[in-house]
Amino acid sequence: MATLGPNQGDAVRIGVYICHCGINIAGKVDVADVTQFAASLPGVVVARDYKFMCSDPGQELIQQDIREHGLNRIVVASCSPLMHEATFRRAAAEGGINPFFFQMANIREHVSWVTADKAAATEKSRALVAAAVSRVGGHEALERQRVAVKPDVLVVGGGIAGIHAALTLADSGKTVYLVEREPTIGGHMAKFDKTFPTLDCAACILTPKMSLVRQHPNITLWTYAEVADVSGYVGNFSVTVRRKPRYVIEDRCVGCNACVEACVFKEGKFADEFNYGLAKRKPVYMPFPQATPSVVLIDPATCLHFKTGKCKQACKAACERDAIDFDQRDELVEIEVGAIVVATGFQPFDAERVPEYGYGQYPGVYTSLEVERLVNASGPTGGEITLRDGRVPKAVGIIHCVGSRDHATNKYCSRVCCMYSLKLAHLVKERTGAEIYNFYIDMRTPGKGYEEFYDKLLEEGVHFIRGRAAEVTDWTMTPDEEGKLVIRAEDTLIGAVRRIPVDMVVLSVGLEAQADAGEVRRLFNISCSHEGWFLERHPKLAPVSTFTDGVFLAGACQGPKDIPDTVAQAGAAAAEAMALIDKGYVELEPNTAFIDEERCSGCKTCIAMCPYSAISFIADARVARVNEALCKGCGTCVAACPSAAAQQHLFTDDQIFDEIAGVLSYV
Amino acid sequence: MSKPKVGFYWCASCGGCEEAIVDLAADILGVVAAVDIVFWPCAMDFKRADVEAMADGEMAVCFVNGAVRTSEQLEMAELLRRKAGLIVAFGSCAHTGGIPGLANLYSREGVLAAAYDAAFATVNPEGMRPQTEYAAPEGTVTLPELHETVKKLDQVIPVEYYLPGCPPPVKLITGALGAILEGTLPPKGSILAPEIALCSECPRKDSKPEKLDFTAFKRPHQIIADPALCLLAQGLLCLGPSTRAGCDAPCITGNMPCTGCGGPLEGTKDLGTNALSAAASVLEATDEASIAVGLAEVPDPAGAFYRYSLPASLLYAKKGS
Repeated sequence: MATLGPNQGDAVRIGVYICHCGINIAGKVDVADVTQFAASLPGVVVARDYKFMCSDPGQELIQQDIREHGLNRIVVASCSPLMHEATFRRAAAEGGINPFFFQMANIREHVSWVTADKAAATEKSRALVAAAVSRVGGHEALERQRVAVKPDVLVVGGGIAGIHAALTLADSGKTVYLVEREPTIGGHMAKFDKTFPTLDCAACILTPKMSLVRQHPNITLWTYAEVADVSGYVGNFSVTVRRKPRYVIEDRCVGCNACVEACVFKEGKFADEFNYGLAKRKPVYMPFPQATPSVVLIDPATCLHFKTGKCKQACKAACERDAIDFDQRDELVEIEVGAIVVATGFQPFDAERVPEYGYGQYPGVYTSLEVERLVNASGPTGGEITLRDGRVPKAVGIIHCVGSRDHATNKYCSRVCCMYSLKLAHLVKERTGAEIYNFYIDMRTPGKGYEEFYDKLLEEGVHFIRGRAAEVTDWTMTPDEEGKLVIRAEDTLIGAVRRIPVDMVVLSVGLEAQADAGEVRRLFNISCSHEGWFLERHPKLAPVSTFTDGVFLAGACQGPKDIPDTVAQAGAAAAEAMALIDKGYVELEPNTAFIDEERCSGCKTCIAMCPYSAISFIADARVARVNEALCKGCGTCVAACPSAAAQQHLFTDDQIFDEIAGVLSYV
Repeated sequence: MSKPKVGFYWCASCGGCEEAIVDLAADILGVVAAVDIVFWPCAMDFKRADVEAMADGEMAVCFVNGAVRTSEQLEMAELLRRKAGLIVAFGSCAHTGGIPGLANLYSREGVLAAAYDAAFATVNPEGMRPQTEYAAPEGTVTLPELHETVKKLDQVIPVEYYLPGCPPPVKLITGALGAILEGTLPPKGSILAPEIALCSECPRKDSKPEKLDFTAFKRPHQIIADPALCLLAQGLLCLGPSTRAGCDAPCITGNMPCTGCGGPLEGTKDLGTNALSAAASVLEATDEASIAVGLAEVPDPAGAFYRYSLPASLLYAKKGS
């Protein structure tokens, strides 16, 4: 079946290389046997086995054989193509043949790692090598297409990850579009009081960066906006951003709050999102004093004008700059970018999902983020830690792992809760002198200065009870429990069930993927784990890349992490984006689909199938045509084509059938 | 110069291909004038012995229709192969196995049992089966043996050309005869029909939308099809997109969907799987339940997608009994 590629006049001369991968493959597969078998296959001139084919000497072996034996096809049986296909293609090219005259057989992930029996693993390896040898003869010489990269970058999400990535990129001279869904950037960090373990004031270190974003000449900041559509490919993304109406003309508003004061509602009446409902706001409001941009917005769900049409519009009258515009509509903005940094963050676990802790039932039960606001000097109580009834708590229980390490909710550890619980314990004790009880499963404090912080808390007299709290109840058993909330927990260190009466319960909620992570994932064509965290390309060696080239990850959207890790990752994502853009071009994998127009009957079956809108119907020729720059090589059109007019480079029907024939010839 | 000698023969077929030659109508006179018909058992009185008496290669061309499923058909195919310079596989059965080829979904015994036991109004308490030899009082009589599988012609003898269709359209037959007489035949192995799917010449091509939008296939008797609109767009399982053109879409002109007699295009390994894959692509169905609903009116998928091409497909035939 083997046919020659267009660049090869001579007969097919195949070199086959069986990699030991140390003992990864050789421990399970009889590599000498497979090598001997490969040597017997038609067209094979050289067959060798080697300890590490991906090493320099391994690659040199291929190049040397190409020169000495006039090889024109290479097969390497080793790991997965994702791991080393690029390596061996490069080796083939440096040896002087077209890099696509190469085929990989995966005898590690597909064989040695998943086969218990040695003889069976060797048989399977033989079959896969036979398939690769059968196929490679029919490979065509292909050229990679170079496409220029658009120089601008989109950063999605204006938390600390997005802010740091945007500033890094902008400082390097890149034009950055920063899109944030909320009316202000700052994310969760803007709500914190202090940061662990140094107890730096969060606002003191964050708000200067927020202002820098606003002022940076290279950053276009769109808050209260969302990415509506993404098309294109690495280096050439077209993005549509939907700017939601804030009913305030952003360029005119200076954040003087005159409109807020003038609003017909004399007092705030509606739950203030920024303070988790611990304070009230008016329909026209500034999210928080340091909001960036410093621009108010009007909430149409509560504004009298929108609800009844009968408001006297005192806000509009009060604005000296005529910035209020009740007729604002969604605005769609189109931008072209070369790279995208996704930094969409997390959502806190909803504490009501653990009903035994009484959140939403007992006023004395708070989430950790609510307490962050209570201890914050610019929070709803001005930093006074008071309960909803105004009392200052004398005893506070902090329950760890709410929505983390729990088979009923999330199995994973949220990584930050132990440390922020310690921080809140310290701050609450410092402000109120209350007795603090931490209920923990394990204390997890790895990190620079983290264990030391834990030690400090132990010295401060904070109580630690090792055991998952069973419940929070107001059902009292003794007089000293009267008027208190009782936390019932098994103290596993003393082997007894304890009842601790407290005034305030703090639930240390875990981190979860954003509720709409699924939609966002599809928007950017990236993958996510079953918990909803966006999937990095490789957990160790490509932690900020995704399987979609040109889309990078930063911060907690990839998994729970604290601020230092988030900032480090944001810097890495910015660097990856810069590397892509500064290279100036991308080389497209030539595994694109193409349509033989002579054979296309114009039935249009393929057109609606293409997930990338890469196929269009050419009206005058009455055939379908693939835009190879848009084609991702998914093969959907090839499968759908009723008449085999659509084919795909590297996966032509002939190549696939040759491969199957190779496996079957062995069986 | 003597006229080229031409033969026609039929193997496992319905006789429609013979009709197709008669359908040449007045043109047949031109054929008769231009060639010397030396073998055509359906229409003229020739015997096997007449063929055996010919020198090898004496016949310029022999058109063989029908699939090969008996020992006699195999013998005749091999005999004609020796006597003819060119063999043209004529019609779907010779080209890709045709309707008789659907017998490959069953074993030989399954086919015989259906015909000799299970068939309505059959009484066969002794379970009799056709015998290849029977000693009758008048002497021994013989019958050809039924093979285990049905084969297309080129699975038993080398074939130079193919004329697809059930039966081949008059236009393609006259084109082929013209090419033979004028010596303008394409390279051997060619299919004497356009290398493009039927949609290319379908009168309703322009009415086909880019996105089909139906959740279930329908059968022709269930709807009154709009005579101007693409039949696939109306939910009818039309195999036009997978089937070789050349017929000028008479079925579609008659408001019936294409059933695929033109056979696969070059490069298509298997018309049935290609058509099935395409049909699965256009059907709006996302889970098993909606797929079941979508395909409920395709009660015989093998017969629908492989109607004329099972022996030519990757499936080929049922293995074992």
